[in-house]
Amino acid sequence: MLALLKRIAKTGIVSEPAPEAGEAKREIDRLHDEILAILGRALTIREVDAGSCNACELEIHALNNPYYNLEGRGIKFVASPRHADMLLVTGPVTKNMENALKIAYECTPDPKLVVAVGDCGCGCGEVGRLFGPNYATVGPIEAVIPVDVKVPGCPPTPTALLQGILAAVRRR
Amino acid sequence: MFLFDDIPIDFALQPGLGSPVWRGRSNDADDLKDFAASVHLAGGRLSALWGSDCRDIGQGFRLDVVFGLNEGHAWLRIDLPEEAPVYPDISSIFPAANRMQRAARDLTGIRQAGGDQRPWLRHGGWPADWYPLRHDASVPPESENAPTDYPFVVVAGDGVHEIPVGPIHAGIIEPGHFRFSVVGERILRLEERLGYQHKGIEQRARGADLATGALLVGRVSGDSTVAFAWAYAAALEAACGIEPSPRALVLRALLLERERVANHLGDLGALGNDAALAFGLAQFMRLKEDWLRLNAALFGHRYLMDRIVPGGVACDLDAAAAAALLVQCDAIEREVRELRAIYDEHSGLQDRFVTTGAIDAALARELSLTGFAARAAGLILDGRAHRHGYTPPPPYASLGVRPATREEGDVAARAAVRFDEIFESLRLLRRLVTELPTGELRRELAPVPNAEGLGVIEGWRGEVIVGVRLDATGRIARLHPHDPSWQGWPALEHAVMKDIVPDFPLINKSFNLSYSGQDI
Ligand code: SF4
Repeated sequence: MLALLKRIAKTGIVSEPAPEAGEAKREIDRLHDEILAILGRALTIREVDAGSCNACELEIHALNNPYYNLEGRGIKFVASPRHADMLLVTGPVTKNMENALKIAYECTPDPKLVVAVGDCGCGCGEVGRLFGPNYATVGPIEAVIPVDVKVPGCPPTPTALLQGILAAVRRR
Repeated sequence: MFLFDDIPIDFALQPGLGSPVWRGRSNDADDLKDFAASVHLAGGRLSALWGSDCRDIGQGFRLDVVFGLNEGHAWLRIDLPEEAPVYPDISSIFPAANRMQRAARDLTGIRQAGGDQRPWLRHGGWPADWYPLRHDASVPPESENAPTDYPFVVVAGDGVHEIPVGPIHAGIIEPGHFRFSVVGERILRLEERLGYQHKGIEQRARGADLATGALLVGRVSGDSTVAFAWAYAAALEAACGIEPSPRALVLRALLLERERVANHLGDLGALGNDAALAFGLAQFMRLKEDWLRLNAALFGHRYLMDRIVPGGVACDLDAAAAAALLVQCDAIEREVRELRAIYDEHSGLQDRFVTTGAIDAALARELSLTGFAARAAGLILDGRAHRHGYTPPPPYASLGVRPATREEGDVAARAAVRFDEIFESLRLLRRLVTELPTGELRRELAPVPNAEGLGVIEGWRGEVIVGVRLDATGRIARLHPHDPSWQGWPALEHAVMKDIVPDFPLINKSFNLSYSGQDI
């Protein structure tokens, strides 16, 4: 127990501005304030993996590490789409996930936001083209449900994800 | 040469620097069953199985089966007649064959005689009589994407009920369906239904050039992109008769060990979290983030995608980068040692870890399990390490890798093996950096028409295998990536038996199997 407390004391608070400090950091803080102003409460996100290679998910996980500290900004991942303001979706949407994604979208209360994540999910770049529609996939997220914001990258960095999430909120 | 005296199939050693692979061919499907039985008797395992349509080149259908032996891998090709592409079911010898056979059938129409005939990858998105990997099936037929009923195995008895979970799980995690049969909280049986991540990678690879194949194979499973890229490169290098430079090989090992450490760091944090030690998650996530950032700074990608290419590597390490890497190894080692002491002492954590989700060595062997989960159950099986009769491929042959093992096979053992493997990888990284040979980074790889090769790499999760065959123009005729999760998922079904439902997330995380990697 003592070792644990020592470790906590020694580590201190490591959360920091997203790597591109300065402008980007100020922008993120500003957007953060805006989220709270717009929503008047915390933002809740339901993440749906509709066919990714899981590297996009690894970066979404990273958003909760102490550096990016998403929960500290009042943004939380929830277990049910019924509790969500936003769907954060990765893909290419596989045929085997198409129905589940549609159901998750329908279960998310209005007004809802959808953020498409990754070159696969956005249908852009070389990777987006490679994972375009075939017998097993429908293609990018927007081929199945309406998308508000796209965050390209393979996978997009946590900073890019953060900016995308906040940008989506600002659109409202 | 014959691998088993009583089975007259001629095997020849695949050329090249990679892990030893013997190739053999037979046109008698019954040979498969005999061969599998001999491998089983010798304590070997089923490593991979896939089908192909070779009718366009006048060779009927083809079944490829890779077996793991102590000395290396036996890659057996069975030629099947065009009119009746049927082969004997081997799941009664190797249970791990079950889902691989079903996937092969869904994709090619090649069928196992007897055994489990339920579809695996096809959920209703395409018709049952349409096979995407047949060469004449390029245009998918119009069909309604209606989910089919899947006949789960039903457990009957007093007070038994089912808990269905998924495909979308509660966390930020890949989709799959779990069907628990429970009495109260106690799990009697778990049946997994996967395939939700199936995106047709093998079909997309057909006719692609080698660079496109590399892009695809690097995205089979995001957390194992290095292992898949290396296995693919190794397969092509064996097929086309080139050897990467010693410098490229050392850099590849460096990337592979960095991938191993990154994943173990993340999972050890998540394991702490699942046992209510959020502190562990925060600490390990912080270390992992530092690790990924150095990846990005030194190699240009946080997860190291596309850094290993056929013929060599697409990145380098200069003196300043080497120094930064060594500094980080020391820092991470110090911190992980402290965290390990905390994990070991934390009675709440140990209480959840010890005896939970246990599998023993006999079961692990029976299920053809590989990787750290097999080592945690007492199997000394690590493609990077010497063992009697087996020499690992360079650069591992000269590193003296010490495989980490435990015997308990429970969550605690899998966590302990991961800790040990982090320290061993850090030791290897230091040696690789300080002994980095000079030389070229990449050699030209000219595709050899109709060539084929198999690459085997000890990824962080286990044995990653890629089989490649080129066509007459040197483009990809068949690409099959195999993730060790094929063997891991059935082991998970056994590991949760007799534990309680609330322990499932913890047990699941201790394996951390890939969905995308096996659904491909
Ligand atoms: S965008 Fe890249 S990282 Fe994300 S799912 Fe697609 S292949 Fe994986």
